[in-house]
Amino acid sequence: MTALVDRVRAAFGPEMAGPSLAFAAVVLVFGIASPQFLSAATFGSVAFQLPELGLLTLAMLLPILTGGLNLAITFTANIAGLTVAWVLKANGGVDAGIGIFVVGCLLALLVGAASGVVMGLVIAYTRAHPILVSLSMMIFLRGLGEFLTRGGDISGFPAFVGPIGHGSIAGIPVPLIVFIVCVLAWHVLLGRTKLGFNTYMIGSNLEATRYSGINTRKAIVLVYTLSGIMCAIAGIIMLARFNSVRIGHGESYLLITVLACFLGGVNPFGGFGRVIPVFVALVVLQLLSSGLNLIGANQHLATAVWGILLVTVMILRWVASKIKISIVRRGS
Amino acid sequence: MRSFIRTHATEVSLFAVIALISIVLSLTTANFFSLGNAFDLLNISAVNIIFAVGLLVVLIAGGIDISFAVAASVVQYGTAIALGWIGGGGWVSGLLIAGSLGVLLGCINAFLIHRFRIISIVATISTFNIYFGLLMFFTRGVSIYDLPDWLTDRVVLFEHEMANGSWIEITLPVLVMILCVIATWTLITRTTTGRQLYAFGDNPEGARRFGINIGAMQFIAFGWLGLMAGIAGLIQAHYAQEVVPNALYGRELDVLAAVVLGGARLGGGKGSVLGCVLGVLLISITQNGLNLMGVSPFAFKMIIGAIILVAITLSNTRIERLLPFVGPKGAGR
Repeated sequence: MTALVDRVRAAFGPEMAGPSLAFAAVVLVFGIASPQFLSAATFGSVAFQLPELGLLTLAMLLPILTGGLNLAITFTANIAGLTVAWVLKANGGVDAGIGIFVVGCLLALLVGAASGVVMGLVIAYTRAHPILVSLSMMIFLRGLGEFLTRGGDISGFPAFVGPIGHGSIAGIPVPLIVFIVCVLAWHVLLGRTKLGFNTYMIGSNLEATRYSGINTRKAIVLVYTLSGIMCAIAGIIMLARFNSVRIGHGESYLLITVLACFLGGVNPFGGFGRVIPVFVALVVLQLLSSGLNLIGANQHLATAVWGILLVTVMILRWVASKIKISIVRRGS
Repeated sequence: MRSFIRTHATEVSLFAVIALISIVLSLTTANFFSLGNAFDLLNISAVNIIFAVGLLVVLIAGGIDISFAVAASVVQYGTAIALGWIGGGGWVSGLLIAGSLGVLLGCINAFLIHRFRIISIVATISTFNIYFGLLMFFTRGVSIYDLPDWLTDRVVLFEHEMANGSWIEITLPVLVMILCVIATWTLITRTTTGRQLYAFGDNPEGARRFGINIGAMQFIAFGWLGLMAGIAGLIQAHYAQEVVPNALYGRELDVLAAVVLGGARLGGGKGSVLGCVLGVLLISITQNGLNLMGVSPFAFKMIIGAIILVAITLSNTRIERLLPFVGPKGAGR
């Protein structure tokens, strides 16, 4: 039994405890409270809602692991979505071909990457605080989007765009497939690649990492670029989901992505945190929201409960550390 | 004078930038360089400056707060309802209710941060979602327009007719703002508590070993921000003549940008009231100037974002470091 526990712990790390406890609690409470909760419909709706918030959370995760923050994620996503929309509009609108859409998506990824590169360069070379840099980028992108769209929305896309947002392949929603591919990509990136290793190192101690001969600037620029690209993917998915682009889409997700990261056991100062617990935390958040919906509460109450959940997890973590200290003291 | 420039580099450079922008605007637009416009600027910036000086105290103490603007919305709503219960009230009771509600909400943050050792950004993002979610849930997003007369009546403290027939005026928000600025300035520069806040923000463990009560520091910093947020909420309701539950949503990040632009350091121990006020003013002057120059309002945010981005890039680095091949060898790293 202990061997099994150790193996599970080795595979998922100590960050897994919080999210899995929360997951169990949510399933248990709503399973009892509402008979419809443990049904395919609930999990189906979660599967469709998860990717929007999830992709943005992945974009937030990398900068947080380096000890930074990317507050520009939602607006980067929307600007990338706008790029796709314009490419489609300029090339026939509803009649545009798949080729045009692919070109638009590539351009969107470029736009996302560009926003990330600029932030990364400023953060890496001037050592300005990432909160401030990404904040000004956020204000800039929001302004740019409002300027270009006059605050309105753009819609009217070819018919084949829709299924990307709400179609399914073999019963699995397309956005969910995209999201899971991205989760796995991030998992491999952080666990198996040099950049992932450097990301954790930078988050733990930037100076020490630099002295050990790692090009920290390059790593930081890459991290923010990848974050921007992930935003662009989120933007494309959001465009397909809503079948329109508006600069304010998903604005309320911004701070919730940070909340999801912290709920997934990511250290706010960087250096520690893994993708899989964050994924579980996201599932918990969406299940909570669906569960509350089932018992007749609205999205705003869900937001409040998400906040309460984070506070609770933090308090439980504090209690656990107190208990651990008292056990160690008694043992010695 | 020279030592002032050295110790107040951010404030001096901000002031220089503001002066430069003002000169350019005075030459290019007809209306910028007038007392009327200056007073308009003050009236518009009042609420943001009250928020900003409150946030400054928290930043100096090494924390960060995301929830204050939403807390102000909660205070607005709560105060409007409480005033209905007590049958009207007046400015004194309004400020008392709003202030104490604000302090209460600030102290919830401080309690979570101090008692359970939650990092301030985690705690305040949680309370942001809790306050906003509950506010929207209970109010169902319904605004209140039926406010007491004393709250919605414009209070003009000083008015003067200019030679060209236009009126200039200073309204109540400006007076409240000035009082808040002076109070904050006194707190952080003229009291022992203020020095302790700086010490605590710079090095919490050192401050603890020195005998500073760190719990008290958290409660004072977040309580003060709560007080300012409460007052700003009431003043915003007075200024807008309505209470809209999500009107202040998103304001926190704009104020944070302005305060950090004014030289406060994320991480604590640094920052001044003057810099903070100049930071807010720089942004409102830019916005005002763009307005007068006839630039589309849709472009404001974009230009302001770009200015902040450039400003922090320049203020955080010397030019040689940006372009390593320009400066002397060894200057860049």
